[in-house]
Amino acid sequence: MSQSPLLAVEHLAVNFPDHQVFQDLNFTLQRGRFLSIVGENGAGKTTLIRTLLHQLKPSAGAIRFFPDRKATRIGYVPQFRNLDEEYPLSIRDFISLNLSGIHLPWLSRKERAAVKEALRSTNLTALAKRPLGMASGGEKQRAYLAQALVEQPNLLILDESTASLDNMMKYELLDLVKKFNHEQNLTVIFVTHDLPLAKQYADEYLLLRRDGYELGPIAELPEDALISERGGAAAHA
Amino acid sequence: MLSLPFMQNAFLASTFIAIISGVVGVFVIARNMSFLTHTLSEIGFAGAAFGIFAGWAPLNGMLLFTMVSSVIVGQMSVKASRREASISAISSLFIGLGILFLSLANKTSSYATNILFGSIIGISRANVLQVILLSAVVLLVVLFIYRDLKFDSFDHIGARVKGLWTNVLSIVFLVLLALSVSVAAQIVGSLLIFVLLTLPAASARYFAHTVSGMMLVAIGMSLIGVWGGLYLGYITNWPVTFFIASIECLFYLSALGYNHWRQG
Repeated sequence: MSQSPLLAVEHLAVNFPDHQVFQDLNFTLQRGRFLSIVGENGAGKTTLIRTLLHQLKPSAGAIRFFPDRKATRIGYVPQFRNLDEEYPLSIRDFISLNLSGIHLPWLSRKERAAVKEALRSTNLTALAKRPLGMASGGEKQRAYLAQALVEQPNLLILDESTASLDNMMKYELLDLVKKFNHEQNLTVIFVTHDLPLAKQYADEYLLLRRDGYELGPIAELPEDALISERGGAAAHA
Repeated sequence: MLSLPFMQNAFLASTFIAIISGVVGVFVIARNMSFLTHTLSEIGFAGAAFGIFAGWAPLNGMLLFTMVSSVIVGQMSVKASRREASISAISSLFIGLGILFLSLANKTSSYATNILFGSIIGISRANVLQVILLSAVVLLVVLFIYRDLKFDSFDHIGARVKGLWTNVLSIVFLVLLALSVSVAAQIVGSLLIFVLLTLPAASARYFAHTVSGMMLVAIGMSLIGVWGGLYLGYITNWPVTFFIASIECLFYLSALGYNHWRQG
Protein backbone atom coordinates (compact mmCIF):
# COMPACT_ATOMS: atom_id res chain seq x y z
CA MET A 1 0.00 0.00 0.00
CA SER A 2 1.43 3.38 -0.99
CA GLN A 3 2.05 5.93 1.74
CA SER A 4 1.47 9.23 0.04
CA PRO A 5 -1.06 11.73 1.34
CA LEU A 6 -4.35 12.22 -0.47
CA LEU A 7 -5.47 15.17 1.62
CA ALA A 8 -4.38 17.24 4.58
CA VAL A 9 -6.69 19.18 6.86
CA GLU A 10 -4.77 22.08 8.35
CA HIS A 11 -5.94 24.24 11.28
CA LEU A 12 -9.50 23.92 10.01
CA ALA A 13 -12.30 25.83 11.69
CA VAL A 14 -15.90 26.25 10.60
CA ASN A 15 -18.13 28.76 12.36
CA PHE A 16 -21.81 29.35 11.94
CA PRO A 17 -23.41 32.63 13.06
CA ASP A 18 -24.69 31.05 16.29
CA HIS A 19 -21.98 28.52 17.08
CA GLN A 20 -18.56 27.12 16.29
CA VAL A 21 -18.50 23.55 14.97
CA PHE A 22 -14.82 22.78 15.32
CA GLN A 23 -11.60 24.62 15.73
CA ASP A 24 -7.99 23.93 14.77
CA LEU A 25 -8.68 20.49 13.28
CA ASN A 26 -5.57 18.82 11.83
CA PHE A 27 -5.14 15.45 10.18
CA THR A 28 -3.64 13.84 7.10
CA LEU A 29 -5.29 11.04 5.16
CA GLN A 30 -2.93 8.70 3.32
CA ARG A 31 -3.90 7.08 0.02
CA GLY A 32 -5.51 3.67 0.38
CA ARG A 33 -6.51 4.17 4.03
CA PHE A 34 -9.97 3.55 5.45
CA LEU A 35 -10.83 6.34 7.89
CA SER A 36 -13.91 6.23 10.05
CA ILE A 37 -15.28 9.55 11.30
CA VAL A 38 -17.37 9.07 14.43
CA GLY A 39 -19.01 11.49 16.80
CA GLU A 40 -22.27 12.57 18.35
CA ASN A 41 -24.91 14.44 16.36
CA GLY A 42 -23.82 18.06 16.23
CA ALA A 43 -20.12 17.26 16.68
CA GLY A 44 -19.39 18.36 13.10
CA LYS A 45 -19.26 15.19 10.99
CA THR A 46 -21.58 16.50 8.30
CA THR A 47 -19.95 19.93 8.42
CA LEU A 48 -16.54 18.36 7.86
CA ILE A 49 -17.82 16.33 4.90
CA ARG A 50 -19.54 19.35 3.37
CA THR A 51 -16.30 21.31 3.74
CA LEU A 52 -14.36 18.48 2.08
CA LEU A 53 -16.88 18.58 -0.78
CA HIS A 54 -16.45 22.36 -1.10
CA GLN A 55 -20.07 22.99 -0.17
CA LEU A 56 -18.99 25.02 2.87
CA LYS A 57 -16.15 27.49 3.20
CA PRO A 58 -13.79 27.11 6.15
CA SER A 59 -13.76 30.03 8.59
CA ALA A 60 -10.04 29.39 9.08
CA GLY A 61 -7.43 26.91 7.91
CA ALA A 62 -7.59 24.85 4.73
CA ILE A 63 -8.02 21.43 3.18
CA ARG A 64 -5.25 20.57 0.75
CA PHE A 65 -5.60 17.79 -1.81
CA PHE A 66 -2.56 16.14 -3.42
CA PRO A 67 -1.56 16.84 -6.13
CA ASP A 68 -4.65 19.14 -6.27
CA ARG A 69 -8.43 19.13 -5.87
CA LYS A 70 -9.00 18.82 -9.62
CA ALA A 71 -7.05 15.56 -9.77
CA THR A 72 -9.00 14.17 -6.80
CA ARG A 73 -12.19 12.51 -7.95
CA ILE A 74 -14.57 12.16 -5.02
CA GLY A 75 -17.35 9.58 -4.95
CA TYR A 76 -20.07 10.25 -2.39
CA VAL A 77 -22.70 7.86 -1.03
CA PRO A 78 -25.32 9.57 1.15
CA GLN A 79 -27.65 7.98 3.69
CA PHE A 80 -30.77 9.16 1.89
CA ARG A 81 -31.78 10.33 -1.50
CA ASN A 82 -35.16 11.79 -2.31
CA LEU A 83 -36.22 8.91 -4.54
CA ASP A 84 -39.76 7.59 -4.08
CA GLU A 85 -41.11 4.21 -5.12
CA GLU A 86 -42.21 5.61 -8.48
CA TYR A 87 -38.71 6.83 -9.32
CA PRO A 88 -38.56 5.76 -12.95
CA LEU A 89 -34.89 5.40 -13.94
CA SER A 90 -33.40 1.93 -14.19
CA ILE A 91 -30.43 1.13 -11.97
CA ARG A 92 -28.19 1.26 -15.06
CA ASP A 93 -29.45 4.72 -16.08
CA PHE A 94 -29.17 6.00 -12.51
CA ILE A 95 -25.53 4.91 -12.34
CA SER A 96 -24.73 6.58 -15.67
CA LEU A 97 -26.05 9.95 -14.40
CA ASN A 98 -22.67 10.51 -12.77
CA LEU A 99 -20.99 10.53 -16.19
CA SER A 100 -21.83 14.20 -16.62
CA GLY A 101 -19.98 17.37 -17.56
CA ILE A 102 -19.74 16.28 -21.19
CA HIS A 103 -21.82 17.76 -23.99
CA LEU A 104 -22.22 14.54 -25.97
CA PRO A 105 -25.78 13.35 -25.15
CA TRP A 106 -25.08 9.64 -25.55
CA LEU A 107 -22.50 7.48 -23.74
CA SER A 108 -19.26 6.57 -25.45
CA ARG A 109 -18.14 2.94 -25.67
CA LYS A 110 -15.66 3.55 -22.83
CA GLU A 111 -18.40 5.04 -20.65
CA ARG A 112 -20.74 2.15 -21.35
CA ALA A 113 -17.94 -0.22 -20.31
CA ALA A 114 -17.46 1.78 -17.07
CA VAL A 115 -21.19 1.47 -16.24
CA LYS A 116 -21.05 -2.26 -16.98
CA GLU A 117 -18.06 -2.65 -14.68
CA ALA A 118 -19.72 -0.62 -11.90
CA LEU A 119 -22.77 -2.90 -12.17
CA ARG A 120 -20.63 -6.02 -12.13
CA SER A 121 -18.47 -5.00 -9.20
CA THR A 122 -21.49 -4.16 -7.03
CA ASN A 123 -23.36 -7.37 -7.99
CA LEU A 124 -26.10 -5.44 -9.77
CA THR A 125 -25.73 -6.77 -13.32
CA ALA A 126 -28.88 -8.91 -13.09
CA LEU A 127 -30.86 -5.94 -11.76
CA ALA A 128 -29.56 -3.37 -14.27
CA LYS A 129 -32.93 -2.82 -15.92
CA ARG A 130 -35.00 -2.71 -12.72
CA PRO A 131 -36.46 0.73 -11.91
CA LEU A 132 -34.52 2.04 -8.91
CA GLY A 133 -37.78 2.99 -7.18
CA MET A 134 -38.72 -0.69 -7.05
CA ALA A 135 -35.36 -1.84 -5.62
CA SER A 136 -34.90 -2.86 -1.96
CA GLY A 137 -33.02 -0.67 0.53
CA GLY A 138 -29.82 -2.68 0.15
CA GLU A 139 -30.03 -2.69 -3.65
CA LYS A 140 -30.54 1.07 -3.62
CA GLN A 141 -27.45 1.60 -1.47
CA ARG A 142 -25.45 -0.63 -3.83
CA ALA A 143 -26.73 1.44 -6.76
CA TYR A 144 -25.63 4.65 -4.98
CA LEU A 145 -22.23 3.03 -4.41
CA ALA A 146 -22.02 1.96 -8.06
CA GLN A 147 -22.90 5.49 -9.17
CA ALA A 148 -20.12 6.88 -6.99
CA LEU A 149 -17.66 4.29 -8.33
CA VAL A 150 -18.46 4.71 -12.03
CA GLU A 151 -16.09 7.63 -12.35
CA GLN A 152 -13.32 5.65 -10.66
CA PRO A 153 -12.85 7.99 -7.71
CA ASN A 154 -9.66 8.18 -5.64
CA LEU A 155 -11.67 9.07 -2.55
CA LEU A 156 -14.98 7.49 -1.55
CA ILE A 157 -17.07 9.14 1.15
CA LEU A 158 -19.79 7.04 2.81
CA ASP A 159 -21.91 9.55 4.70
CA GLU A 160 -23.86 7.41 7.20
CA SER A 161 -24.66 5.22 4.20
CA THR A 162 -25.39 2.18 6.34
CA ALA A 163 -27.65 3.91 8.88
CA SER A 164 -30.93 2.85 7.29
CA LEU A 165 -29.86 -0.71 6.44
CA ASP A 166 -30.42 -3.90 8.38
CA ASN A 167 -27.40 -5.75 9.76
CA MET A 168 -26.90 -8.13 6.87
CA MET A 169 -27.08 -5.35 4.28
CA LYS A 170 -24.63 -3.19 6.25
CA TYR A 171 -21.99 -5.89 6.17
CA GLU A 172 -22.72 -6.71 2.54
CA LEU A 173 -22.19 -3.06 1.55
CA LEU A 174 -19.04 -2.61 3.63
CA ASP A 175 -17.55 -5.90 2.42
CA LEU A 176 -17.84 -4.50 -1.09
CA VAL A 177 -16.28 -1.19 -0.11
CA LYS A 178 -13.45 -2.95 1.72
CA LYS A 179 -12.79 -5.00 -1.41
CA PHE A 180 -12.34 -1.80 -3.46
CA ASN A 181 -10.22 -0.35 -0.68
CA HIS A 182 -7.91 -3.38 -0.78
CA GLU A 183 -7.84 -4.24 -4.45
CA GLN A 184 -7.81 -0.75 -5.95
CA ASN A 185 -6.15 1.17 -3.14
CA LEU A 186 -9.30 3.31 -2.91
CA THR A 187 -9.19 5.77 -0.01
CA VAL A 188 -12.38 5.64 2.06
CA ILE A 189 -13.96 8.02 4.57
CA PHE A 190 -16.79 6.33 6.44
CA VAL A 191 -18.99 8.54 8.61
CA THR A 192 -20.92 6.48 11.15
CA HIS A 193 -22.41 6.14 14.61
CA ASP A 194 -21.85 2.40 14.49
CA LEU A 195 -18.67 1.74 16.45
CA PRO A 196 -18.52 -2.07 15.96
CA LEU A 197 -18.85 -1.53 12.21
CA ALA A 198 -16.13 1.13 12.25
CA LYS A 199 -13.86 -1.18 14.25
CA GLN A 200 -14.38 -4.04 11.85
CA TYR A 201 -13.64 -2.18 8.62
CA ALA A 202 -11.62 0.98 9.25
CA ASP A 203 -7.86 1.38 9.65
CA GLU A 204 -8.03 4.57 11.68
CA TYR A 205 -10.56 6.84 13.32
CA LEU A 206 -11.30 10.49 13.81
CA LEU A 207 -13.54 11.05 16.81
CA LEU A 208 -15.17 14.47 16.76
CA ARG A 209 -16.28 15.83 20.12
CA ARG A 210 -18.01 19.08 20.90
CA ASP A 211 -14.87 20.26 22.70
CA GLY A 212 -12.17 18.78 20.46
CA TYR A 213 -11.20 15.67 18.57
CA GLU A 214 -9.17 12.47 18.78
CA LEU A 215 -7.25 10.59 16.10
CA GLY A 216 -5.70 7.18 16.08
CA PRO A 217 -5.51 3.60 14.82
CA ILE A 218 -8.96 2.00 14.90
CA ALA A 219 -7.91 -0.52 17.57
CA GLU A 220 -7.55 2.41 19.97
CA LEU A 221 -11.06 3.77 19.40
CA PRO A 222 -12.58 3.86 22.90
CA GLU A 223 -15.56 1.55 23.36
CA ASP A 224 -17.42 4.36 25.10
CA ALA A 225 -16.52 6.99 22.49
CA LEU A 226 -20.14 7.98 21.96
CA ILE A 227 -21.31 7.40 25.53
CA SER A 228 -19.11 9.74 27.53
CA GLU A 229 -20.61 12.90 26.06
CA ARG A 230 -24.15 11.84 26.88
CA GLY A 231 -23.58 11.16 30.52
CA GLY A 232 -23.80 7.40 30.18
CA ALA A 233 -26.59 7.07 27.65
CA ALA A 234 -26.14 4.10 25.35
CA ALA A 235 -24.66 4.83 21.96
CA HIS A 236 -26.99 3.82 19.19
CA ALA A 237 -25.71 1.41 16.61
CA MET B 1 -57.91 17.41 -45.15
CA LEU B 2 -54.16 17.96 -45.56
CA SER B 3 -54.65 19.84 -48.81
CA LEU B 4 -56.11 22.75 -46.84
CA PRO B 5 -53.39 25.29 -45.97
CA PHE B 6 -54.74 25.95 -42.46
CA MET B 7 -54.67 22.24 -41.68
CA GLN B 8 -51.11 21.96 -43.03
CA ASN B 9 -50.09 24.80 -40.72
CA ALA B 10 -51.89 23.21 -37.80
CA PHE B 11 -50.26 19.79 -38.33
CA LEU B 12 -46.79 21.26 -38.80
CA ALA B 13 -46.95 23.49 -35.72
CA SER B 14 -48.51 20.80 -33.54
CA THR B 15 -45.83 18.28 -34.53
CA PHE B 16 -43.06 20.55 -33.26
CA ILE B 17 -45.07 21.47 -30.18
CA ALA B 18 -45.55 17.77 -29.39
CA ILE B 19 -41.83 17.11 -29.74
CA ILE B 20 -40.68 19.87 -27.38
CA SER B 21 -43.49 19.06 -24.95
CA GLY B 22 -42.30 15.45 -24.75
CA VAL B 23 -38.67 16.43 -24.27
CA VAL B 24 -39.18 19.28 -21.78
CA GLY B 25 -42.06 17.47 -20.03
CA VAL B 26 -39.79 14.64 -18.87
CA PHE B 27 -37.69 17.19 -16.95
CA VAL B 28 -40.81 19.03 -15.67
CA ILE B 29 -42.01 15.80 -14.06
CA ALA B 30 -38.58 14.85 -12.71
CA ARG B 31 -38.15 18.32 -11.16
CA ASN B 32 -41.71 18.37 -9.73
CA MET B 33 -42.55 21.54 -11.60
CA SER B 34 -46.04 20.74 -12.89
CA PHE B 35 -47.75 23.50 -10.92
CA LEU B 36 -45.02 25.99 -11.71
CA THR B 37 -45.64 25.17 -15.37
CA HIS B 38 -49.31 25.93 -14.89
CA THR B 39 -48.46 29.27 -13.26
CA LEU B 40 -46.24 30.14 -16.20
CA SER B 41 -49.13 29.45 -18.54
CA GLU B 42 -51.32 31.86 -16.55
CA ILE B 43 -48.58 34.44 -16.79
CA GLY B 44 -48.60 33.64 -20.51
CA PHE B 45 -52.32 34.43 -20.62
CA ALA B 46 -51.62 37.89 -19.18
CA GLY B 47 -48.76 38.29 -21.68
CA ALA B 48 -50.93 37.33 -24.64
CA ALA B 49 -53.64 39.75 -23.48
CA PHE B 50 -51.00 42.45 -23.11
CA GLY B 51 -49.82 41.64 -26.66
CA ILE B 52 -53.34 42.17 -28.00
CA PHE B 53 -53.64 45.40 -26.03
CA ALA B 54 -50.28 46.62 -27.38
CA GLY B 55 -51.08 45.54 -30.95
CA TRP B 56 -48.51 42.67 -31.03
CA ALA B 57 -48.92 39.02 -31.88
CA PRO B 58 -50.19 37.26 -28.71
CA LEU B 59 -47.24 34.82 -28.84
CA ASN B 60 -44.76 37.71 -28.52
CA GLY B 61 -46.59 39.07 -25.49
CA MET B 62 -46.54 35.59 -23.99
CA LEU B 63 -42.84 35.16 -24.61
CA LEU B 64 -42.09 38.52 -23.01
CA PHE B 65 -44.09 37.84 -19.85
CA THR B 66 -43.09 34.21 -19.31
CA MET B 67 -39.38 34.72 -20.00
CA VAL B 68 -39.11 37.77 -17.75
CA SER B 69 -41.07 36.22 -14.89
CA SER B 70 -39.88 32.60 -15.06
CA VAL B 71 -36.80 33.04 -12.91
CA ILE B 72 -38.61 35.20 -10.32
CA VAL B 73 -41.45 32.70 -10.08
CA GLY B 74 -38.94 29.84 -9.81
CA GLN B 75 -37.12 31.55 -6.95
CA MET B 76 -40.37 32.36 -5.11
CA SER B 77 -41.44 28.74 -5.19
CA VAL B 78 -38.13 27.21 -4.10
CA LYS B 79 -39.28 26.77 -0.49
CA ALA B 80 -41.79 23.94 -0.34
CA SER B 81 -43.45 25.44 2.73
CA ARG B 82 -44.59 28.52 0.86
CA ARG B 83 -44.75 27.12 -2.67
CA GLU B 84 -48.52 26.70 -2.87
CA ALA B 85 -49.26 30.13 -1.41
CA SER B 86 -46.70 31.81 -3.71
CA ILE B 87 -48.10 30.07 -6.77
CA SER B 88 -51.69 30.99 -5.84
CA ALA B 89 -50.74 34.63 -5.37
CA ILE B 90 -48.88 34.83 -8.67
CA SER B 91 -51.62 33.01 -10.61
CA SER B 92 -54.34 35.29 -9.23
CA LEU B 93 -52.38 38.43 -10.03
CA PHE B 94 -51.63 37.45 -13.60
CA ILE B 95 -55.12 36.19 -14.44
CA GLY B 96 -56.39 39.53 -13.13
CA LEU B 97 -53.87 41.37 -15.29
CA GLY B 98 -54.91 39.32 -18.33
CA ILE B 99 -58.56 40.32 -17.81
CA LEU B 100 -57.50 43.95 -17.39
CA PHE B 101 -55.47 44.02 -20.62
CA LEU B 102 -58.29 42.39 -22.59
CA SER B 103 -60.73 44.92 -21.19
CA LEU B 104 -58.41 47.82 -22.02
CA ALA B 105 -57.93 46.45 -25.53
CA ASN B 106 -61.73 46.48 -26.01
CA LYS B 107 -61.64 43.01 -27.53
CA THR B 108 -64.48 40.55 -27.60
CA SER B 109 -64.52 37.51 -25.38
CA SER B 110 -63.54 35.29 -28.33
CA TYR B 111 -59.98 36.60 -27.93
CA ALA B 112 -59.92 35.43 -24.33
CA THR B 113 -61.33 32.07 -25.39
CA ASN B 114 -58.61 31.68 -28.02
CA ILE B 115 -55.83 32.44 -25.57
CA LEU B 116 -57.23 30.32 -22.77
CA PHE B 117 -58.28 27.31 -24.81
CA GLY B 118 -56.08 27.46 -27.90
CA SER B 119 -56.70 28.30 -31.53
CA ILE B 120 -54.51 25.98 -33.56
CA ILE B 121 -56.81 26.07 -36.59
CA GLY B 122 -56.26 29.81 -36.94
CA ILE B 123 -52.43 29.60 -36.87
CA SER B 124 -50.70 31.36 -39.78
CA ARG B 125 -47.63 30.29 -41.77
CA ALA B 126 -45.59 33.03 -40.05
CA ASN B 127 -46.70 31.66 -36.64
CA VAL B 128 -45.66 28.18 -37.74
CA LEU B 129 -42.17 29.39 -38.62
CA GLN B 130 -41.88 31.11 -35.26
CA VAL B 131 -42.99 27.92 -33.47
CA ILE B 132 -40.42 25.87 -35.43
CA LEU B 133 -37.65 28.35 -34.67
CA LEU B 134 -38.44 28.48 -30.94
CA SER B 135 -38.72 24.69 -30.80
CA ALA B 136 -35.32 24.36 -32.47
CA VAL B 137 -33.78 26.72 -29.89
CA VAL B 138 -35.27 24.69 -27.01
CA LEU B 139 -34.11 21.38 -28.48
CA LEU B 140 -30.59 22.62 -29.19
CA VAL B 141 -30.12 23.99 -25.68
CA VAL B 142 -31.47 20.77 -24.13
CA LEU B 143 -29.10 18.76 -26.32
CA PHE B 144 -26.15 20.91 -25.25
CA ILE B 145 -26.79 20.60 -21.50
CA TYR B 146 -28.46 17.18 -21.68
CA ARG B 147 -26.21 15.19 -19.34
CA ASP B 148 -25.97 17.84 -16.64
CA LEU B 149 -29.69 18.61 -16.81
CA LYS B 150 -30.44 14.89 -16.59
CA PHE B 151 -28.20 14.48 -13.53
CA ASP B 152 -29.63 17.53 -11.75
CA SER B 153 -33.24 16.60 -12.55
CA PHE B 154 -33.07 12.92 -11.63
CA ASP B 155 -30.55 13.06 -8.76
CA HIS B 156 -30.23 16.58 -7.40
CA ILE B 157 -28.17 15.50 -4.36
CA GLY B 158 -25.67 13.64 -6.55
CA ALA B 159 -25.39 16.58 -8.96
CA ARG B 160 -24.71 19.03 -6.12
CA VAL B 161 -22.02 16.81 -4.64
CA LYS B 162 -20.41 16.49 -8.05
CA GLY B 163 -20.15 20.28 -8.10
CA LEU B 164 -22.43 20.79 -11.08
CA TRP B 165 -23.69 24.33 -11.62
CA THR B 166 -27.15 23.38 -10.36
CA ASN B 167 -28.33 26.98 -9.78
CA VAL B 168 -27.43 27.99 -13.33
CA LEU B 169 -29.07 24.82 -14.66
CA SER B 170 -32.28 25.72 -12.80
CA ILE B 171 -32.36 29.17 -14.35
CA VAL B 172 -31.62 27.85 -17.86
CA PHE B 173 -34.35 25.25 -17.46
CA LEU B 174 -36.88 27.83 -16.27
CA VAL B 175 -36.21 29.91 -19.39
CA LEU B 176 -36.57 26.80 -21.58
CA LEU B 177 -39.83 26.03 -19.79
CA ALA B 178 -41.09 29.57 -20.36
CA LEU B 179 -40.36 29.19 -24.08
CA SER B 180 -42.07 25.80 -24.21
CA VAL B 181 -45.14 27.04 -22.36
CA SER B 182 -45.53 29.94 -24.77
CA VAL B 183 -45.16 27.67 -27.77
CA ALA B 184 -47.43 24.88 -26.44
CA ALA B 185 -50.13 27.40 -25.52
CA GLN B 186 -50.61 28.02 -29.23
CA ILE B 187 -52.32 24.68 -29.59
CA VAL B 188 -53.94 23.80 -26.26
CA GLY B 189 -54.27 27.30 -24.81
CA SER B 190 -53.03 28.65 -21.51
CA LEU B 191 -55.47 26.76 -19.33
CA LEU B 192 -54.56 23.33 -20.64
CA ILE B 193 -50.77 23.46 -20.71
CA PHE B 194 -50.84 20.43 -18.41
CA VAL B 195 -52.21 18.40 -21.26
CA LEU B 196 -49.00 18.51 -23.29
CA LEU B 197 -46.26 19.55 -20.89
CA THR B 198 -46.98 17.17 -18.05
CA LEU B 199 -49.46 14.39 -18.85
CA PRO B 200 -47.48 12.55 -21.59
CA ALA B 201 -44.26 12.68 -19.56
CA ALA B 202 -46.10 11.64 -16.39
CA SER B 203 -47.50 8.64 -18.29
CA ALA B 204 -44.17 7.78 -19.95
CA ARG B 205 -42.40 7.15 -16.63
CA TYR B 206 -44.43 3.95 -16.22
CA PHE B 207 -43.45 2.56 -19.62
CA ALA B 208 -39.77 3.51 -20.02
CA HIS B 209 -36.87 3.51 -17.58
CA THR B 210 -34.27 5.62 -19.34
CA VAL B 211 -34.47 9.38 -19.86
CA SER B 212 -34.27 9.06 -23.64
CA GLY B 213 -36.86 6.25 -23.58
CA MET B 214 -39.26 8.38 -21.54
CA MET B 215 -38.78 11.23 -24.01
CA LEU B 216 -39.61 8.99 -26.95
CA VAL B 217 -42.73 7.60 -25.29
CA ALA B 218 -43.84 11.12 -24.22
CA ILE B 219 -43.27 12.47 -27.74
CA GLY B 220 -45.23 9.53 -29.18
CA MET B 221 -48.15 10.15 -26.82
CA SER B 222 -48.11 13.89 -27.54
CA LEU B 223 -48.04 13.29 -31.29
CA ILE B 224 -50.95 10.85 -31.15
CA GLY B 225 -52.83 13.40 -29.04
CA VAL B 226 -52.29 16.41 -31.28
CA TRP B 227 -52.66 14.58 -34.60
CA GLY B 228 -55.70 12.67 -33.34
CA GLY B 229 -57.15 15.87 -31.91
CA LEU B 230 -56.74 17.76 -35.15
CA TYR B 231 -58.27 14.95 -37.17
CA LEU B 232 -61.23 14.44 -34.84
CA GLY B 233 -61.74 18.20 -34.56
CA TYR B 234 -61.79 18.43 -38.35
CA ILE B 235 -64.39 15.73 -38.87
CA THR B 236 -66.65 16.63 -35.92
CA ASN B 237 -66.16 20.40 -35.77
CA TRP B 238 -65.71 20.05 -31.99
CA PRO B 239 -62.82 21.84 -30.24
CA VAL B 240 -59.42 20.29 -30.97
CA THR B 241 -58.36 20.95 -27.37
CA PHE B 242 -61.16 18.74 -26.06
CA PHE B 243 -59.90 15.79 -28.08
CA ILE B 244 -56.24 16.33 -27.17
CA ALA B 245 -57.12 16.57 -23.47
CA SER B 246 -59.26 13.42 -23.68
CA ILE B 247 -56.59 11.39 -25.50
CA GLU B 248 -53.82 12.43 -23.07
CA CYS B 249 -56.00 11.72 -20.03
CA LEU B 250 -56.77 8.31 -21.48
CA PHE B 251 -53.03 7.65 -21.82
CA TYR B 252 -52.45 8.75 -18.24
CA LEU B 253 -55.23 6.58 -16.84
CA SER B 254 -53.95 3.62 -18.89
CA ALA B 255 -50.44 4.23 -17.50
CA LEU B 256 -51.76 4.21 -13.94
CA GLY B 257 -53.72 1.04 -14.69
CA TYR B 258 -50.63 -0.59 -16.18
CA ASN B 259 -48.56 0.35 -13.14
CA HIS B 260 -51.21 -1.05 -10.79
CA TRP B 261 -51.25 -4.30 -12.75
CA ARG B 262 -47.43 -4.47 -12.85
CA GLN B 263 -47.13 -4.07 -9.09
CA GLY B 264 -49.67 -6.86 -8.68
